[in-house]
Amino acid sequence: MSGRKFLHSDGALVLWPVAGIAVLLVLNLCLSPHFLVLTLQSGHLYGGPVDILSEGSRSCLVALGMTLVIATGGVDLSVGSVMAMAGGAAALAIAQGHASLAGAMACALGVGLAGGALNGLLVAYAGIQPIVATLVLMVAGRGISQLITGGQVIAFQNAGAEYLGTGFIFGLPFSAVLVVGLYALTQIGLRRTAAGLFVEAVGDNETASRFAGLSAARVKFLAYVFCGACAGLAGLLEVANIRSADPYRAGENMELNAIFAVVVGGTALSGGRFLLFGSLAGALLLQTLTATMYNLGVPPAIAPVPKALVIVAVCVAQAGPIRRWLSRCLQRRAA
Amino acid sequence: MSALLEIRGLGKSFPGVVALEGVDFTVRAGEIHALLGENGAGKSTLIKVLTGVYPPDRGEMHLAGARIQAAAPQEAERLGISTVYQEINLIRSMTVAENITLGRQPRRFGLIDWRAVRRRAREALDRLEIDCPVDAELGTLSVAVQQMVAIARALDCRAQLLILDEPTASLDEREVGELFGRLRRLRGEGLGIVFVTHFLDQVYALTDRITVLRNGRLVGDYATATLPRLDLVANMLGRSIGAAEAEARPEQTPPPARPNVVLAARGLGRRGSVSGINLALRAGEVAGLAGLLGSGRTETARLLFGIDRADQGEVEVGGQRAVLTHPRAAVRLGLAFCSENRKDEGILPNLSVRENLILALQGKRGVARPLARAAQEALADHYIKALRIKTPGAEVPIRNLSGGNQQKVLLARWLATQPQAIILDEPTRGIDIGAKQEIEELIARLRDDGLAVLFISSEIEEIVRNCGRAVVLRERRPAGEAVGVDLNGRHLMHLMAGTNEGGQP
Repeated sequence: MSGRKFLHSDGALVLWPVAGIAVLLVLNLCLSPHFLVLTLQSGHLYGGPVDILSEGSRSCLVALGMTLVIATGGVDLSVGSVMAMAGGAAALAIAQGHASLAGAMACALGVGLAGGALNGLLVAYAGIQPIVATLVLMVAGRGISQLITGGQVIAFQNAGAEYLGTGFIFGLPFSAVLVVGLYALTQIGLRRTAAGLFVEAVGDNETASRFAGLSAARVKFLAYVFCGACAGLAGLLEVANIRSADPYRAGENMELNAIFAVVVGGTALSGGRFLLFGSLAGALLLQTLTATMYNLGVPPAIAPVPKALVIVAVCVAQAGPIRRWLSRCLQRRAA
Repeated sequence: MSALLEIRGLGKSFPGVVALEGVDFTVRAGEIHALLGENGAGKSTLIKVLTGVYPPDRGEMHLAGARIQAAAPQEAERLGISTVYQEINLIRSMTVAENITLGRQPRRFGLIDWRAVRRRAREALDRLEIDCPVDAELGTLSVAVQQMVAIARALDCRAQLLILDEPTASLDEREVGELFGRLRRLRGEGLGIVFVTHFLDQVYALTDRITVLRNGRLVGDYATATLPRLDLVANMLGRSIGAAEAEARPEQTPPPARPNVVLAARGLGRRGSVSGINLALRAGEVAGLAGLLGSGRTETARLLFGIDRADQGEVEVGGQRAVLTHPRAAVRLGLAFCSENRKDEGILPNLSVRENLILALQGKRGVARPLARAAQEALADHYIKALRIKTPGAEVPIRNLSGGNQQKVLLARWLATQPQAIILDEPTRGIDIGAKQEIEELIARLRDDGLAVLFISSEIEEIVRNCGRAVVLRERRPAGEAVGVDLNGRHLMHLMAGTNEGGQP
């Protein structure tokens, strides 16, 4: 694909969050260069960008699942609550000594799958609107996670879990490598089978897909199940990271972050074409933004304001009319 | 009887379409007037102009002698023109009384006077002799009663002219009878009633006069009693009966002797849809399914393809009894269906021509057996050439193609699945003449290759030209079948109209 052609394709939408990250990094470099310094200590890489990758791993994971749900034309508001439930269940299993790390992972994944299956049933088979259907679990899930943890913050000590949250592999944070691995698996699972086509078809025109012989309901159901599983794993990463499960704060605002990451990454909220890589870039953009605020010493109370400005800028740059205007300007320049 | 509503020279255009041109329409006080026409005739545009939804471009409208120009539906209501739309435009969670008076509740000291609301609702219902509690929640009542409440609401604002847009579509026979009784009483009170319907029996049972529109123009204004049914159908379809007889049928190769029945239906039906459908579609033939608008053509196709579930009768595919619960089941059995509604039920607008083309085949293979990219491209290239699909390439979003080329891609989508039988619902609707001819040639080629084709069309010429025989539906039931020398315009029109060839009904 020539450069010119790429700029006009759907894939070009990925450029905006990537460009956003680049701009923020340059800003950091100018104002507070030590942020970008990478150091190698006992074979582990440390530094600002590494922190962004490891801290952003949860958002990336959730955004991965959210991408598929949004591509089918839906949305999943319950991911934050599912994180809290899954994290709570895993922490409880570890803290009470019932389970090894593998057991805790199974707990988190199981809770995620169950939550996703509930959402999927409500949306795909009961025909409830996605916002309403997933709102149920978003609200109820917080209650359930308090039930699981007895309303307490559960702290635990477990070497395996700590490794999950803060360990290194190949010199890189384990959580970041995990996300990259899952992204690759998802990409292969979707593009090397017909699943990706089916998801895009159902999101683009559900009735036509059904009339062409696709099982639209099953496609939607599985998208929610996958999203739930991603949220469950993200919940596990979160508790592993802080070595405790907080039923109130875990996964807070995660649904909004994930939706933003997906949309900024170039997947339309109306469904259809999706860009998995774009969603990862979108999630990392948010994390870079947060890190930049810390780095520049912006007080937490006013941090949302510059954050909002950047988000608005990216969204405006991606809006149809602005893109057309920009590409006209570029053409005039070229001519 | 004086003219209650008089419309002269009405014209209305939308970008690229002339919806109405030079239409005259007169309704007298104390008459029930049928407004008839096929799809795109301009009935709904006429009603929308009349009720102030669209401003007219040209022409004059007089109601009871005074010139009117409604700029909004509320204003039309104030002038005395009330409309009851096909889908009941009421609020299901409110009571009957609230629905009847909504937007014009009597007030006292600025607050709603609930006693007066209930009294007025009671009066409106009594006028129609409807026995239902005014405090009942609308959604708990039957559709027929909801329809009556909608009419009661329309009459509550001192209507002089009542417009009913397909009021009987969701009613059963007894309910239709009750509705007609009430409409006749309203006629006796001097109300003018405009009645839009697809059911010719109802036109003759109820109405006094008929106005026929076609392609946005007035065909004529007739007294119901003196217009033979066959002439009415000919007027709606825009054909003279003589011309229909002269129609020459192109030579068709006779199908091989008694080939296999690929798709058969026996007594197929569904409550509220069609009933008693019998069909036997053989390999290597094009069978037509004809009928006026609303006769149940598309409904039949939906039952045959498993989109709606039949509750009567059975379907056999390739001699085996088939349970069609989902289009997927039909596709697996080797059926294919091109919907008449290309935009909503056919294309995936933002996906590429290639993806649109392979979708049904991939669906049939399942998720775990993907077609290799090279195979997909080969398929797309093959069909783009074979069907002469005009597209800059296989990777272009299908929405960029013209209607005719989109239709070809959808045909290719099904041909790629190598079906035994294909159901084509209005395959030439909304596409230009050249593409139309190409699609008709393609259908003939597919027939010669042994495919069984069910060809659904509202155009008699198309049925006669393309089909070896034709089943005609009327009022959601089979009205007869035309084969051989009987497959001509005149005979088909008789079947559609429900008249005897020899004379009057």
